[in-house]
Amino acid sequence: MKNTMDNQPKYINPYLGGVLLGLLIIATVFITGRGLGASGAIKSSVVTTANTISPEGTKENAYMGQFVSDDHSPMYTWLVFESLGVFLGGLLSGIIFGRVKKFRTDHGPKITSRKRLIFALIGGALFGIGSQFGRGCTSGAALSGSATFALGGVIVMFSIFGTGYILAYFFRKLWI
Amino acid sequence: MGPLIPNGIIGGGWDFVIAILLGVAFGFILEASGFSSSRNITGVFYGYNFVVLRVFFTALIVAMVGLMYFDYFGWLDLSKIFILPTYVTPMIFGGVVMGLGFILGGFCPGTSFTAIAIGKLDALLFTIGLYIGIFIFSLGYPLIEGFYNSGNLGNVTLTDVTGIPAAWFALAFTVVALAAFWGTMIIEKRVRKNMKEYKF
Repeated sequence: MKNTMDNQPKYINPYLGGVLLGLLIIATVFITGRGLGASGAIKSSVVTTANTISPEGTKENAYMGQFVSDDHSPMYTWLVFESLGVFLGGLLSGIIFGRVKKFRTDHGPKITSRKRLIFALIGGALFGIGSQFGRGCTSGAALSGSATFALGGVIVMFSIFGTGYILAYFFRKLWI
Repeated sequence: MGPLIPNGIIGGGWDFVIAILLGVAFGFILEASGFSSSRNITGVFYGYNFVVLRVFFTALIVAMVGLMYFDYFGWLDLSKIFILPTYVTPMIFGGVVMGLGFILGGFCPGTSFTAIAIGKLDALLFTIGLYIGIFIFSLGYPLIEGFYNSGNLGNVTLTDVTGIPAAWFALAFTVVALAAFWGTMIIEKRVRKNMKEYKF
């Protein structure tokens, strides 16, 4: 116990973090009429890449075609700018609390960095696919959706965390 | 009065400036709470760190209750805000796939952006994975279009579906969250006692 306490970096109190995040959701809804998000920015990057490689193919694709517009780039969306802000905000906090360091990999004690990176890539790909079916990820669907009492938000929240708990046992060697 | 931009109180030209500012606040809170570490995040599934549950549930309580007060005082017209559409089966499926991605990858999209900012390579790989996953989804869309659009209930809230006022959901959720805060505090203490090698 003492060991873990000594190594604890300066994180803010989680309940304070939660209150601030809750107030931020209120401010975001009050100003913009919608919540926060994250996966949407990656979707815009995908559409932009596809549109650069093959504009016709992208327009014909029934999914990506919805996000292509003649008068501006698919990157010119609210969530892309917001996600840029998320990156900058993370950097700002990291600088203030002294956590910005050279490139490194977090991994559980029983696996190598290499294995961790492979699983991070696979996990990311699955999360990306799931977020499209879920109409948003943990930020857009689970958090902002549930906060506005949307049924879909609550469904996504319970599905993500429920599945996490059910599967945690099988993948415990990755983390503990 | 609110929402300010849809009601034309703040001009549309400010949209992207506001997007960056709100994003900075979001990223700051995520990083400062410890979400730039995948081991902190996955602690919620193994009982050694419940920071995700504490931040997430507290934020939900504050936002739910706060939004209702804003509506009650007439500051915000809740009928004008965006309600996430509900597609029952695709969303359950999406949530399950995201849950699997969560336990394998250790991040969710927003948290991975903040972790890249402080130099985490696992977060960078996670984000590249997100990009690949969404690309695969988009290319394969013609094959799954039918399923993707099934079970559409429209932009419904819990109140629309059940007829129970939102306040009751907020109250029930607050009670559940407070019980969870207390229960997980005890679990965390026990699990940490047996863990020597956990460093943030």
